[in-house]
Amino acid sequence: MKKLGQLTILILIAAIVWGYFKPHSDQVAMSIEKLVLTGSSTVAPLVAEIGKRFESLHPNVRVDVQTGGSSRGVTDTRTGLANIGMISRALKKNETDLLSFTIALDGISIIINQSNPVSSLSKQQIIDIYTGKIINWHDVGGNNAPITVVNKAEGRSTLELFLHHFELTNTQVKPHVVIGDNQQGIKTVSGNPNAIAYVSIGAGEYEAEHNIPIKLLPLDGIGASVSNVHNRSFPLSRPLNLITSKQPGGIAKTFIEFARSVQVNDLIEAQYFVPIAN
Amino acid sequence: MSLSQTDKHLTFILRLCALLSAAVILLILIFLLNESLSIFQHVSVSRFINDASWHPQQGLYNITPMLSATILSTVGALILATPLGIASALFSYFYAPKFLATWYRRLIELLAGIPSVVYGLWGLTTLAPLIAQLHPPGVSLLTAILILSLMVLPTVALTVEAAIAAVPASYLQGAMALGLSRWTSIKCIILPAAHSGITSGILLATGRAIGETMAVLMVAGNVVQHPHSLFDSVRTLTANIALEMAYAMGDHRAALFVSGLVLMIMVLLLVFMAAFFKRKPAYV
Repeated sequence: MKKLGQLTILILIAAIVWGYFKPHSDQVAMSIEKLVLTGSSTVAPLVAEIGKRFESLHPNVRVDVQTGGSSRGVTDTRTGLANIGMISRALKKNETDLLSFTIALDGISIIINQSNPVSSLSKQQIIDIYTGKIINWHDVGGNNAPITVVNKAEGRSTLELFLHHFELTNTQVKPHVVIGDNQQGIKTVSGNPNAIAYVSIGAGEYEAEHNIPIKLLPLDGIGASVSNVHNRSFPLSRPLNLITSKQPGGIAKTFIEFARSVQVNDLIEAQYFVPIAN
Repeated sequence: MSLSQTDKHLTFILRLCALLSAAVILLILIFLLNESLSIFQHVSVSRFINDASWHPQQGLYNITPMLSATILSTVGALILATPLGIASALFSYFYAPKFLATWYRRLIELLAGIPSVVYGLWGLTTLAPLIAQLHPPGVSLLTAILILSLMVLPTVALTVEAAIAAVPASYLQGAMALGLSRWTSIKCIILPAAHSGITSGILLATGRAIGETMAVLMVAGNVVQHPHSLFDSVRTLTANIALEMAYAMGDHRAALFVSGLVLMIMVLLLVFMAAFFKRKPAYV
């Protein structure tokens, strides 16, 4: 009995370890079409969601989404490693050989507590606040109170867009609080009259309209709102694009059309991006 | 004496269950090692201690500020929760009238059952603004310690009470027969006799405090720094993983698994400590 028990135990360990290390077998049937998308880590989670919905509508298609940054998206599209690339910016001047298709817009707004008398901040003032050169609201026309600087955790697309727009690196930013998602930022600012944070514009506008005591600061004189992101006038925003090396055809064309249609607006809004299709 | 057939079957099933749980722990360790291995291939272990800061996207991986934050918040929470928990157990077992003791115990059990995110939300919206009036930004090591101590208090209170209840009634009867006062018999007989149970209760609470994520994530401020005062914002190892894992890739992701590995090692040390304390005799 004892021997038998030990033997069973050994076999079980072996089975578990083997199951863990066993390479996944790729059993792709011949009829299945594969669509490979690579690029920006900002766009990738959204495209992965869109891909799941696309797969459920087209059972013979497998959408494979890989991240690696916008530049990888451009390179892979040019070399043909990817059918479609994903970039979280507009095409540059030296990338006119590619075609871009905007699927959504990403915008962020600076938020402060509603009780804060400050009604606008210049670009330089925001930079000085975030780098710790201005530490009191008094210096930018507010109350005599220390500023609580709220920054986002590394890896978030809002952080990347914020740093890019203000030409900062994350090591220069001197935060007092670091937050994860937009909700945490909104709660922090609504609970602290001297806090300043930035959140996705969709989330910020929604909460401000629902009596949460925060206000969205305008930037360069342009009000922070989803509609201003939508008409591309708000400066702290960027397009999220799919790119191809030639006029897309077949399944790639269907996918791009699907990603730009109203059928995915709920997925786009769930990630706090602004949809383009009405 | 040979075991009956039923006993043999039961032994086999129990062994299988025990083995499965052990295998899960082992697999978690293998998984953590496996996931963090990719970063150790080109980043030396010393860089996790000596780098200038934690900015994984710029290749800086110092995790010691988060280690100190985890240790400080846990120790702080235990300093507050241990005496309160023991006092609470003594109150409900020896001093409270019977009906009050029943309700009091239910209240403590309720406190143990509240989800951690609720504590976090309360801390963020109520406690943090209060502390911000003392010293901004409000979300700080102190807030984290207060929330954590509230969370582990029921763990301490309930396990200590169970340990006290496990002391043979004859000990107390003997003490009373000798004419000792209630406090003297508690201090000199009950507490020493329940010593091992109390210690394991505290270690259980330590484990909970180390592992707590959501509540701490919401109230600690999450700035990666060695705190210089109780009002400084800190980030614990668990909060670090929860904050950054969703969007981390490559080395950044592997560095987060290293945080997880460090956390696992801390908990393992704690378990060995528990075993060490357990070996001492219960009553001397």
